[in-house]
Amino acid sequence: MSGWLGAGSIAGMAGAQVLQSQVTLSQARDWLADGAGSDAALRQLLHGLPGVDQVGAQARVAALATRSIKKDAKMAALELAITMVDLTTLEGADTPGKVSGLCAKAVRPDPADPAVPPVAAVCVYPDLVAGAKAKLAGSSVVVASVATAFPSGRASLAVKLADVADAVNAGADEIDMVIDRGAFLAGRYGQVYEEVRAVKEACGPAHLKVILETGELATLDNVSRASWLSMLAGADFIKTSTGKVSPASTPPVALVMLAAVRDFEQASGQRVGVKVAGGIRTAKDAIRYLVLVNETAGRAWLSPRLFRIGASSLLNDLLMQRRKQLTGLYAGPDYFTVD
Amino acid sequence: MTDKAARAEGAAAAGQGAGAGAPARVATLTSGLDWQYAPAPQARDIVPIAAEYGLFVAGEFTPATGGRTFATINPATEEPIAQVAQAGAADVDRAVAAARDAYEHVWGPMPGAERAKYLYRIARILQERSREFAVLESIDNGKPIRETRDVDVPLAAAHFFYYAGWADKLDYAGFGPAPRALGVAGQVIPWNFPLLMAAWKLAPALAAGNTCVLKPAETTPLTALLLAQVCQQAGLPPGVVNILTGAGETGAAVVAHPGVNKVAFTGSTEVGIAINRAIAGTGKKLTLELGGKAANVVFDDAPIDQAVEGIVNGIFFNQGHVCCAGSRLLVQESVADHVVDRLRRRLQTLRLGDPLDKNTDIGAINSRPQLEKITRLAAAGEAEGAHRWSPPCELPKRGFWFAPTVFTGVSQSHRIAQEEIFGPVLSVLTFRTPQEAVTKANNTPYGLSAGIWTEKGSRILWMAQRMRAGVVWANTYNLFDPASPFGGYRESGFGREGGRHGLAAYLDV
Amino acid sequence: MGSPRTSMSDQKAGPEPGTARIGVRKTYKLYVGGAFPRSESGRSYPVKAARSGDLLAFAAQASVKDARDAVVAARAAAGKWAGATAYNRGQVLYRVAEMIDGRAGQFADEVIAAEGLSSAVARRTVAAAVDRWVWYAGWPDKVAQVAGGANQVAGPYFNFSVPEPTGVVAVLAPAESSLLGLVSVIAPVIATGNTAVVVASEDRPLPAITLSEVLATSDVPGGVVNVLTGRTAELAPVLAGHFDVNAIDLTGAPADTRTELERLAAGSVKRVFCAQDDWAAAPAPRRMLAFLETKTVWHPVGI
Repeated sequence: MSGWLGAGSIAGMAGAQVLQSQVTLSQARDWLADGAGSDAALRQLLHGLPGVDQVGAQARVAALATRSIKKDAKMAALELAITMVDLTTLEGADTPGKVSGLCAKAVRPDPADPAVPPVAAVCVYPDLVAGAKAKLAGSSVVVASVATAFPSGRASLAVKLADVADAVNAGADEIDMVIDRGAFLAGRYGQVYEEVRAVKEACGPAHLKVILETGELATLDNVSRASWLSMLAGADFIKTSTGKVSPASTPPVALVMLAAVRDFEQASGQRVGVKVAGGIRTAKDAIRYLVLVNETAGRAWLSPRLFRIGASSLLNDLLMQRRKQLTGLYAGPDYFTVD
Repeated sequence: MTDKAARAEGAAAAGQGAGAGAPARVATLTSGLDWQYAPAPQARDIVPIAAEYGLFVAGEFTPATGGRTFATINPATEEPIAQVAQAGAADVDRAVAAARDAYEHVWGPMPGAERAKYLYRIARILQERSREFAVLESIDNGKPIRETRDVDVPLAAAHFFYYAGWADKLDYAGFGPAPRALGVAGQVIPWNFPLLMAAWKLAPALAAGNTCVLKPAETTPLTALLLAQVCQQAGLPPGVVNILTGAGETGAAVVAHPGVNKVAFTGSTEVGIAINRAIAGTGKKLTLELGGKAANVVFDDAPIDQAVEGIVNGIFFNQGHVCCAGSRLLVQESVADHVVDRLRRRLQTLRLGDPLDKNTDIGAINSRPQLEKITRLAAAGEAEGAHRWSPPCELPKRGFWFAPTVFTGVSQSHRIAQEEIFGPVLSVLTFRTPQEAVTKANNTPYGLSAGIWTEKGSRILWMAQRMRAGVVWANTYNLFDPASPFGGYRESGFGREGGRHGLAAYLDV
Repeated sequence: MGSPRTSMSDQKAGPEPGTARIGVRKTYKLYVGGAFPRSESGRSYPVKAARSGDLLAFAAQASVKDARDAVVAARAAAGKWAGATAYNRGQVLYRVAEMIDGRAGQFADEVIAAEGLSSAVARRTVAAAVDRWVWYAGWPDKVAQVAGGANQVAGPYFNFSVPEPTGVVAVLAPAESSLLGLVSVIAPVIATGNTAVVVASEDRPLPAITLSEVLATSDVPGGVVNVLTGRTAELAPVLAGHFDVNAIDLTGAPADTRTELERLAAGSVKRVFCAQDDWAAAPAPRRMLAFLETKTVWHPVGI
């Protein structure tokens, strides 16, 4: 009974229904492409989404947090989580040396155990992309770069696009952009939409993650709306946070975003990924998120193609828990490398 | 993922490895991990289970007069757990006499502040022994350990805490100064929340100054007997609480006994009516908490994902063995297909199986007769033309199991829309307007509970005002709190349990 | 010199029979924000035993700045304490009672020294203090049922009133009843979600600090109760005139100071309460109700 239906029968069961207002995805995109009054059009669309009851969402998250993940299931989750990590350094004090150390760790997280898989990506500022690319050549680890006046997003579109261009030209495989939260909260949905669309275009072959900065959006309704807005505009991934603002990622926020990508797939056939970032420090947290993924969006998202965890200290906790699963003994932090 | 990563994955799949020894495992992740939760069994040896239990009368465990016993079994495996004493008429006499004695000489004269401290002790010990109670309840009842651990036991302890606090404040309960207790309370409880129902009955009765003779359900006696042990550990004076295990006849003898001043019953409407008849003219005070056929009303502007959770919780929590279960989904016709589709998808992730597995969502049906009843009514639903659906579900070979079931295309006149099934079976009906929702929701002799799902506050209040139900949940379901009065209209019974109102049943007011 | 009694090794081994053991005396400090700081003024004052007049200990002599800091701590804790569930506050208060009962002997000794009570009376007093605390522990999840409710207005509106804690309450603890009276003025304030800045009895402050030790180890969040020892005449006016204190209980203020304190309190429209209760008698809800606001909400009823 704990299996999943295949994607085909899910799509077959419901038909292409998107949003309560019964507007289909292609109609929505046409409408938006026409541009006229797009704030108003988007408001109708986004405010027509079903509301999110905050207490109910928290209750669902709390219930899923009681899942007991042990033994094989825990080991599989730990290793999966490792492959989903975007190992991140986004500090003013970052140097090529710092990034170099991070890249080495990304490729071989546990020097004592070559069986540990590499992480998904390294995430840095645009001016450090080239160095990271060089260090990661020949590995499966990709380079993600923040851009668009990260983390605040307070700059002109021209500056933001130039920021993206720098990163893409330096070889970034993925771009993590920030939406303009000021515009969003002021109701200028058209501007947010247009910026995402323009950045997606500037990405070229690079994949686009759109950071919603959910801590600043404050309500789960806003998270739901910002998720749909970003997906309609072409996001490959929606991401919770920059990690520079508290609260960063929280399970209820992730729940809402996972539901949004699930519903978006049902409506459009496209799968958008989810990245949670900021404040995820322990393996226990990470496994809780994987349970949310498993029981909300579904098995397809249990892959680094569609789910990532932006973190720095989490990786060592994953390695420590993995070591404990293998040996039965609790590990200590000195047995794992700091980068 | 970029081409580079995909190539690396492909290479790994081909066994060549990419980068620093990437394992072949990585390659399977293209399609998403087939992640199965490993069994996570709760150890059962934490709670010592005796081979045989006596009755708890006057502070001691004693065999029934005549030594009759019966077995209680584990409904998930059909294995016997223990032998339990069968109380006869003589035992009922003994117990009532002990309760009367304790009431006249010990508990009745005792100041409320002292009674309070006994109840606080019981609450504390329940908290301390909570894991034992959770495991024992799961084994005896069949419900998942996650529910006993997270709902049944904490609520039971909270109930004792809450009413402990009233024992020395009865002057302020709104019944006038110094309200008096009634005397000896005879209390009969059902099998669906054995420990919780014992707490709901004992805590207010004792707080108000009464003494009790409690008869747990035939199929679920064990946590009440463990609670008796807790009463001993709390130093509760003998005779204040007496527990008589047995079947229907024992319960009938308790409620009919002339030495009982107050009767409280939770169970089926049928038996409640019989009790009501039996005590007519005796002057005994009575409260009844009976069956229900609650409507869970979902409007087109409901917070949809949370509403689906509320529907699932409403009917599948506790395997649907809940008097206030949301057994009728009344969904606004304009969004009915959408909601039912999401509901069906959500049901895919329900986990049915070993109640002691911490990941189990749906446990066993409590008994064979109950399973037969559910099966019969579900068959009637099909026969009457409703469309039956269950998620794919493997039922264990031994034990009493029923897959979560959803009937769509149900009409008001179908049996499955009228009769209480008391199992994991949901009947889905539609409505067009708020008034129609109210009419359909109220179109039942029952009136225990109802649910309303909408983002519009005024509509919540408008509906709540018109629903003839004692408990209305808005944008939530199946929430209980010792401070919140619970009880029904009409054939769902009368009287309220919980809150300040819950004291009224046990005071001479 | 050279006597075995005074050599280091003998002293380590313990006193010989007939010699009194030297005790390790407790230092009594303030209790603010969950910690035990000394007064920022560096002052202390001697506390004397009631009967013998012997020196019991030095208590910190809180200053105006300490009072200010205590108000800051109380305010910082107010949101979270008011936001805790009533059930949680009840559990925390009950635990305090458990802790006091566990230390009954210690409290009896303190009360004997502070008030000159006989041993039997002291034990009864401590027992009464525990029971008083238990009484209040049972109130948080019931106050709304007694002091609130739905109001039936003449229109299609759902109207309900809920009691809410007023915020930071300054409490002048009774001068003489150093434990039972103290408990009787603190518990009702915090049961409903207020936080307190307590000025202990000037002459009998020690039980208040021992109570603070209990509070610090009973899951009571730091800042919910803050206890200042010192000169009432110095501290009371600061609190009465403080614009970030919502209410004040003048019970422990000397009678001839009350008028001036009420005038000061009026300047910020504080809620003022003052009553000389018989601490041994059964309490009533009024000490809780005095520090509750009532919020009434209207909502239309319609489809």
